Amino acid sequence: MNKKENAPIRIVLAKLGLDGHDRGLKVVARMLRDAGMEVVYLGLRQTTEMVVTAVEQEDADAVGISMHNAGHLTLAPRIVKALEDAGLDVPVVVGGIVPESDLEAMAEAGVAGVLGPGSSAEDVATCVREAVATRGE
Amino acid sequence: MFVRQWPPVASEDSTLISLVEKASEGDRRSVGRLLTLVERGGDSAEQVAEATHTLSGKSHVIGITGAPGAGKSTLTACLARDLAVSEYKPAVLAVDPSSPLTGGAILGDRVRMEEASEAGAFIRSMATRGHAGGLALAVPGMVRVFDAFGFNPIIIETVGVGQVEVDVASAADTVVVVVTSGWGDAVQANKAGLLEIADLFVVNKADRPGASDARRDLELMIDLSQLTGQAVRRPEIVITTATEGEGLDEFKKAIFEHKELLFEGEQISIRRSKRWKAEVRSRLDYLLSEVAKESIENLEEEKSSSPGSVARKIAKNLLKKDELR
Repeated sequence: MNKKENAPIRIVLAKLGLDGHDRGLKVVARMLRDAGMEVVYLGLRQTTEMVVTAVEQEDADAVGISMHNAGHLTLAPRIVKALEDAGLDVPVVVGGIVPESDLEAMAEAGVAGVLGPGSSAEDVATCVREAVATRGE
Repeated sequence: MFVRQWPPVASEDSTLISLVEKASEGDRRSVGRLLTLVERGGDSAEQVAEATHTLSGKSHVIGITGAPGAGKSTLTACLARDLAVSEYKPAVLAVDPSSPLTGGAILGDRVRMEEASEAGAFIRSMATRGHAGGLALAVPGMVRVFDAFGFNPIIIETVGVGQVEVDVASAADTVVVVVTSGWGDAVQANKAGLLEIADLFVVNKADRPGASDARRDLELMIDLSQLTGQAVRRPEIVITTATEGEGLDEFKKAIFEHKELLFEGEQISIRRSKRWKAEVRSRLDYLLSEVAKESIENLEEEKSSSPGSVARKIAKNLLKKDELR
């Protein structure tokens, strides 16, 4: 049994703070499931600490955060940093409403990918896979 | 389906030793990684099993199973939270089904386990996967990891559909079966399966009509059945409304009473030796089926021979082989 084992990507999905628009996240969860990934769904009202704990315990490969209330410039860098501080090499993908003018700032903050409205299931899965593929580089 | 190659470093001994060391110092990320190694099976899983086997055997393992939507997660969450708040260091292994079509899964148990997690319980979600050897191989190994690093009790939560899921939960020291108010009638209660493995019944959602009927039907079922090999006493029935917190103290008390009864006598060693044998069996099944797989893949159809006779011939040849990879 000297073969390498293949395993599905495990991704933690959450919404941070008081943003209550979770329909998009639920749809994304389903898209990723259908792309063969294991989705650890945390849902609404999460804190950065809760996400970090989940990533540690679930040994997740990626984090997906959904944002619809313009908190992305505050919250996305915070979660990237919290993961880094915890020594976790886990890419963060952000989905939701992110104006194009903020994309550069998001990339600078270390966000691995941004998915806007209208992203197809294919776009979502590809974005996560590419983000995971950059791990450890 | 997209698959990712596991970095080969994981099978290097040095990595494993440092993971085990860190895990024994209480590093939860290392515990998380060791669980992944076991879940993925193969060589690394074997190495983790060797490293954790002698360290384990101290923890009380609780299995919670029942139909989808019966309230297992909510009950598990309440139990884990209360244990974490008091002097315990509980771990939860929450198993959810993988999609048979895509292999993906949505693991939603953490949604209900927020408070338990904040109180310090270690929660790990797991998909049933079609992974090498399946659930029956991975779950005991993962429980052993928790056990080896001081988590106690360990709660396995599985959906009570499918023989493997039921088997996995019933390989616990204390087996809890959750049903709901108005879930069926006396005939349902006498159907075999899930109900025969219980050490403790929970009738949940008692705010709905039918809780006392469900209780009566279960009592009747228990009256009529002989104590099964596994039971140490007549299974208790607890009525709860988990979402309102009603009946939870009785639920915890019943679990602890069962545990004390188990650990008082020889029951625990009888049960664990049975479990040990069952695990050897599922590992053996797995090894044999892996070898058989190759013989079957290379097989050419012989129209003149019956499938049974070909299988016997293959088995004879395999038994001559003295080497299992």
